[in-house]
Amino acid sequence: MNSQHTKIATNSLKTSVAQLPAAESSDDWSLVIRPQGRWWELQLTDVWHYRDLLWMFVRRDFVSVYKQTILGPIWFFIQPLLTTIMFTVIFSGIAKVSTGGLPPMLFYLAGTTPWNYFATCLTKTSGTFINNANLFGKVYFPRLVTPISIVVSNLIQFSIQFLLFLGFLAYYLIKGTEIHPHWLIIIGLTPVLLLLMALLGLGTGILVSSLTTKYRDLTFLVTFGVQLAMYGTPVIIPMASVPAKYLWIMEANPMSAIIETFRSIYLGGVIPWMQLGISAAVTLLLLLAGIAIFNKVEKTFMDTV
Amino acid sequence: MSDTVIKVENISKLYRLGEVGTGTISHDLNRWWHKVRGKEDPYLKIGQTNDRTQKGDSDYAWALKDVSFEVKRGEVLGIIGRNGAGKSTLLKILSRVTTPTSGEVKIKGRIASLLEVGTGFNPELTGRDNIYLNGAILGMRKQEINRKFDEIVDFSEVERYIDTPVKRYSSGMYVRLAFAVAAHLEPEILIVDEVLAVGDVQFQKKCMGKMSDVARHGKTILFVSHNMGAVLSLCNKAVWLANGKYFMGGKAREVGDAYLNANTLQSQQRVSLNTVARAGSDGSRAKITAIEWLDGVPLRHGCSVRVRLEIAFQNLTEDLRLGIGFSTIEGIRVVTYDSDANQSGIFSIDTPGTHSFELVIDKLPLNPGFYSIDVGCKSGDDHGLDYLKGAASVEVISGPNTPAHYFGKEAAVRLDGLWKSNSTNKT
Repeated sequence: MNSQHTKIATNSLKTSVAQLPAAESSDDWSLVIRPQGRWWELQLTDVWHYRDLLWMFVRRDFVSVYKQTILGPIWFFIQPLLTTIMFTVIFSGIAKVSTGGLPPMLFYLAGTTPWNYFATCLTKTSGTFINNANLFGKVYFPRLVTPISIVVSNLIQFSIQFLLFLGFLAYYLIKGTEIHPHWLIIIGLTPVLLLLMALLGLGTGILVSSLTTKYRDLTFLVTFGVQLAMYGTPVIIPMASVPAKYLWIMEANPMSAIIETFRSIYLGGVIPWMQLGISAAVTLLLLLAGIAIFNKVEKTFMDTV
Repeated sequence: MSDTVIKVENISKLYRLGEVGTGTISHDLNRWWHKVRGKEDPYLKIGQTNDRTQKGDSDYAWALKDVSFEVKRGEVLGIIGRNGAGKSTLLKILSRVTTPTSGEVKIKGRIASLLEVGTGFNPELTGRDNIYLNGAILGMRKQEINRKFDEIVDFSEVERYIDTPVKRYSSGMYVRLAFAVAAHLEPEILIVDEVLAVGDVQFQKKCMGKMSDVARHGKTILFVSHNMGAVLSLCNKAVWLANGKYFMGGKAREVGDAYLNANTLQSQQRVSLNTVARAGSDGSRAKITAIEWLDGVPLRHGCSVRVRLEIAFQNLTEDLRLGIGFSTIEGIRVVTYDSDANQSGIFSIDTPGTHSFELVIDKLPLNPGFYSIDVGCKSGDDHGLDYLKGAASVEVISGPNTPAHYFGKEAAVRLDGLWKSNSTNKT
């Protein structure tokens, strides 16, 4: 009944406004399944509609990680602490790598805290399709919900490590060490940096996950590559003390500016605004490309995975 | 009430056969190169119809080819066809798990598909958390689940354990909880796979009951099955897929009858089983190559029936036991003849090659109807050699001793016991 009415309406419209292209027959279809969507359709409204699912996933990740562990969230504490101590001993103590006059502990923590967040976001989201093949093969929901939920759940780990970092910062400040945080900028820039890291990790992660559905080789590359990339980022070595010959590697890495900025606002130093801007632009591009390819792959990956 | 809610237009789906791995990069490059030059995908042309019994010479096959049909609001549509006819592929396309290679599906209204119960259940989470998680995965909003939460818990009958992690649940509780969530979805269109109806008979009944309940409320249901009994009892319309193509559509009863007739036509007196796909065993040591009804088909109830099995042996085999089972079209095994039921039915094979074995059934106890035949052989008690479920199908018609007014299928088996009268006032 209803469709007939609409048909009549469109017909009369066609006669009166002849140059208008003919409307698709009573186009009140709520869903059309086509072979391929257009690549610029990011389907973000679809993701918004499933936001409850996103929170469910985050909750699931949070609850299931600590189940049956004795120390629970403390594990997130121990791991960066040990890594930082290792760095302090090896790079500062033995190899005598400069930390730009800052206390080594604080210097490394300011690097590993953001880097860890980015790295976990990247490695975990890069397995989206393969790890969830079973779920994705049974029911439809916007697949993008899964990597986004991973990025959000990783915030918990980040906050714990961030608290650790703040604790050390407070300790050194009370001790009277020469540190000059940009207090005002901290408040404004911390969330921006966090968002940039999340988006960059997400963008690269989903790009990789889209490619791994067909070529599994990439999964080996990711865990290994992320470790390598840490050395191409000023986590251990400050950019200022990198020889000009190798500097381009760090400059080409969009994470470098983020980590440099993070360290500068908390520990004092020059904020590389220009590089940060470029890094933000690259992040956005990677993210858009990632979502576009991800959306394309999600439609057919069940046939290749 | 008669407007179209699902419109399937020329849906096709191409699958690559064999391993994905070697050759994919070269195929991808080739495909891309054709695309750059504005030419058609070179691999779309060479796909063949999906006929498993013939070995194709192409790496690609059409799981679905130009399938079109419409579903109207309130219809309960059964999609039937043999294994590999494209039912599952169609289901996956409709539930948006994968996309068609070409063609379009238009859908009106909220759609939900149940290819499995308990999708995404996390064993570490409590029953309560899993209700929310599973509900959200199936597309429910949080308020919606809040509203139906008590109902779901009631239906699942696991109230006492609702705050216990589901990994501590018995499998029965797990399935009940999962189904309870699924049953409280309120979509306008529901797609259900028959695998949903696995589990104990009680649970199957509950599933079926809930589905007919949903159907009565004017919802549209698509039910995929090769279980004709379920399709006939639940659906009012049916679509029959054969080798990836739309074969027939219309009233469930008509399509179902045609389907059964066509499938019994295939049950000749002698059925070669050489090329039929095996599920578990690979038949590498021994393979059942043919089944033959020595007294002709159809079989007659109450009459003597001789069945011959031909088996090709690769090596010497000790302690060989054989079995033939008869199942109803609903898939319920009703009679089994195992050779090791008596000592003379345990054989030993001294020379490799094809041997034949004969089963003599004195009085066939099966009521008239269609039956599906399972055959198998094993060495020793637990070493399976070959097993074929649904190897053939056969029709049984009434014999001379079948009661004249035969009341349909009140039982699959009709035996002749010895009846006596013990009344005192004999006439």
